[in-house]
Amino acid sequence: MDWITTVDHKKIAILYLWAGGIFFGIGGLEAILIRIQLIKPMNTFLDAQTFNELITMHGTTMIFLGVMPVIFALMNAVIPLQIGARDVAFPFLNALGFWTFLFGGILLNLSWVMGGAPDAGWTAYTPLSSTGYSPTHGVDFYTIGLQIAGLGTLIGGINFLATIITMRAPGMSFMRMPMFAWTTFITSAIILFAFPAITVGLVLLTFDRILDANFFNVAGGGNPVLWQHIFWIFGHPEVYILILPAFGVISEVIPTFSRKRLFGYSSMVFATILIAFLGFMVWAHHMFTTGLGPVANALFSVSTMLIAVPTGIKIFNWLFTMWGGQVRFTTPNLFAAGFIPTFTMGGVTGVMLASAPADFQFHDTYFVVAHFHYVIVGGLVLGLFAGLHYWWPKMFGRMLSETLGKWTFWTFIIGFHLTFFVQHFLGLMGMQRRVFTYLPNQQFDLLNLVSTIGAMLMGVGMLIFLTNIFLTSRRPADAADDPWEDGRTLEWTIPSPPPEYNFKQTPLVRGLDAFWKEKMAGHKAMTPSEPVGSIHMPSATILPFLMSVGIFIAGLGFMFSRDEFSSSIMSFLFNNYIVTALGLLITFGSMLMRSLFDDPGWHIEPEELEGR
Amino acid sequence: MTTAHAEAANGTLPHEPEKATLEGRNKVLAFWLFLGGEAVLFGTLFATFLALRNQTNEGPSANELFHLPLVAAATFLLLVSSLTSVFAIQAMHRGRVTMLRNWLLVTVLLGLCFLVLEIYEFSVYIRHEEFGMTTSAFSSAFYTLVGFHGAHVAFGILWISVLIGQLLHKGLTVVTAPKIYVSAMYWHFIDVVWVFIFTVVYLLGKVG
Ligand code: HEM
Ligand SMILES: [Cu+2]
Repeated sequence: MDWITTVDHKKIAILYLWAGGIFFGIGGLEAILIRIQLIKPMNTFLDAQTFNELITMHGTTMIFLGVMPVIFALMNAVIPLQIGARDVAFPFLNALGFWTFLFGGILLNLSWVMGGAPDAGWTAYTPLSSTGYSPTHGVDFYTIGLQIAGLGTLIGGINFLATIITMRAPGMSFMRMPMFAWTTFITSAIILFAFPAITVGLVLLTFDRILDANFFNVAGGGNPVLWQHIFWIFGHPEVYILILPAFGVISEVIPTFSRKRLFGYSSMVFATILIAFLGFMVWAHHMFTTGLGPVANALFSVSTMLIAVPTGIKIFNWLFTMWGGQVRFTTPNLFAAGFIPTFTMGGVTGVMLASAPADFQFHDTYFVVAHFHYVIVGGLVLGLFAGLHYWWPKMFGRMLSETLGKWTFWTFIIGFHLTFFVQHFLGLMGMQRRVFTYLPNQQFDLLNLVSTIGAMLMGVGMLIFLTNIFLTSRRPADAADDPWEDGRTLEWTIPSPPPEYNFKQTPLVRGLDAFWKEKMAGHKAMTPSEPVGSIHMPSATILPFLMSVGIFIAGLGFMFSRDEFSSSIMSFLFNNYIVTALGLLITFGSMLMRSLFDDPGWHIEPEELEGR
Repeated sequence: MTTAHAEAANGTLPHEPEKATLEGRNKVLAFWLFLGGEAVLFGTLFATFLALRNQTNEGPSANELFHLPLVAAATFLLLVSSLTSVFAIQAMHRGRVTMLRNWLLVTVLLGLCFLVLEIYEFSVYIRHEEFGMTTSAFSSAFYTLVGFHGAHVAFGILWISVLIGQLLHKGLTVVTAPKIYVSAMYWHFIDVVWVFIFTVVYLLGKVG
């Protein structure tokens, strides 16, 4: 119950981590099944339909339900602490964002047991995703599930923007803000401007499928390429929503374990902003082969390649930070160090793909698959591992085992390169993506076998990580405030795990890397910016949970509104939109409750603060 | 912040009660951000409409369909309602609670009239012109864009009504003021979107 009603950002972080972890596991299983099917030519382990469902759900689950929530987990766990705040700007909305994400994710995965998963690829290209080619409810689960989950992301984005703008501790100007807070800020801005586009796209596709609208239906005057534009104007910024937080993590971990300040801090900030801006200008590089014409292709080609410039600045700044530092290869830093070359390789293949004429050759082959897994797994997932190992003691008060951590790193990264390095060559040799099998003796056999073995090894790495978590959770929570001893930012100045009010007294920030600055001046703690006083806290509430349940019910009701059921009661309830209305009633009713009964919150008094 | 609370306690509100507390300022800021997202949302809908507005699939075209006097009347109602919501906020800043309530009521009523006209318009198209969601890509884009706006108006009416109820119950405080202020921002935004709809959908449909 405590967990269902919580509005504490640190607990919400743990909820995000759990939910994200579970979805990540599901996505991982799907990946293993895909790789088993491709282990040898003409395999009959899976049929074509199941294979399509698996690749669709794998991509969708991993991107929207796996890595996004883990990113949000880290942001929730760390951002208020890093900027010296007691909470986020809107704790209630924070909880709401989590629950809508979770119920959207559950809805999407219900498709496995309710008559067929989506099968049109994670990009849901029309007409493949129209009722003509995809007659089951699969794609409806996709459009409505993602719609609900996307709502949660948007809420989270606005919340972080407001939090970072207004809740920074005294003295923390924007140019003294830790890099992870910066990337969270920019990521949230991208979310704000990219997610509404996919919201519209999903609505249009839903209307086409459920209300027989004609947006993408050529026979009715619609245009399938319109879907691609809408999808990618969201989709390309989305990949920067994924990678920028990882950049942020790396920019925290490397300076800490090099005992040096981040090289070129202001150029890092500038590069982040530039990447976000350019990210919105390049969406059509996913559409070179749709026939946009040479002028459009050339423009999008060049603008895409421009992104390599700020990205390169970042890579060199990380290298210069390590250069001459007292580098310690703890587990987080191993992951960070592994990130740099791996991500760079993904960037290089990106520039190759950005060359429109070359892309005609690479498009829809395993070369593209290799590219985006190098950036998403070799970049983002390594970054998340670095961040999780780094902040675990702060989140849970327990140090993860370094030995197991190193085992995780080596099995995972070796498995990763085995899996995806060879896919570059499979792609160059012409193996198509999204096809459920291949003929023997095209020189695809051996490389596919290698790839599958690599995937298994990554799975082993994940299992070691889970073992590490399990063993750690049984040990006493005795991590020090600053367990890595070289912490530079504010989160390391308070106990691990932090008390629910975070800071007894809001700290005064006197420079970049505020804590490090105080340490160098010979102080053991931050100077407070206020006397100890009564702290106001928001009350726990069930309403965010209820609102999300309502939306979930409404979504299911709408999805089945055209179906005929064997029971006439069911038909009556669904076909007259009664279920939908009921769901919306729950949601709007909860909103009304929230509006009518103001939350006075509660106070933690100074005596209590001193007592602990 | 503390002075604002003190003032609220002895019955006098600061000049801008919506910005008197950190919560209030956060709310206004976040709402500006939210409207940024809404702008992208409507932008995408407009782009879709523009891409499909000539795809009539042998169904009625914009030129045959639209009846400008009706739409102009609706536009007038909505523009005036934006003005009355400005009066409401001005009344709030002067601390005139009754006047604030009345102007909000007028705003809601005008919004309702607008909505009635829109529903009437849609029903005419559907019944007499055989122009429904499924007729053509143009019809789908039309109903989705204009309907989305209509749904926003409907939500705004419900929302402001609840706020009027709150105003009667709790009076004007540093808690209710930001909500009222933010709802007025929302109402202006809807109005601006309508100006674009009037231009891009109706005027351009008639002449373009
Ligand atoms: C220097 C930076 C990058 C460049 C120049 C670049 C370029 C490209 C191009 C041109 C494609 C389209 C290939 C095709 O479909 O034919 C592509 C695909 C893709 N990229 Fe990148 N990329 C870069 C970085 C990233 C990053 C950072 C991510 C994610 C974190 C990413 C994720 C993806 C994904 C998911 C796809 C495949 C989409 C699909 O068809 O399913 N890329 N990239
Ligand atoms: Cu892209």
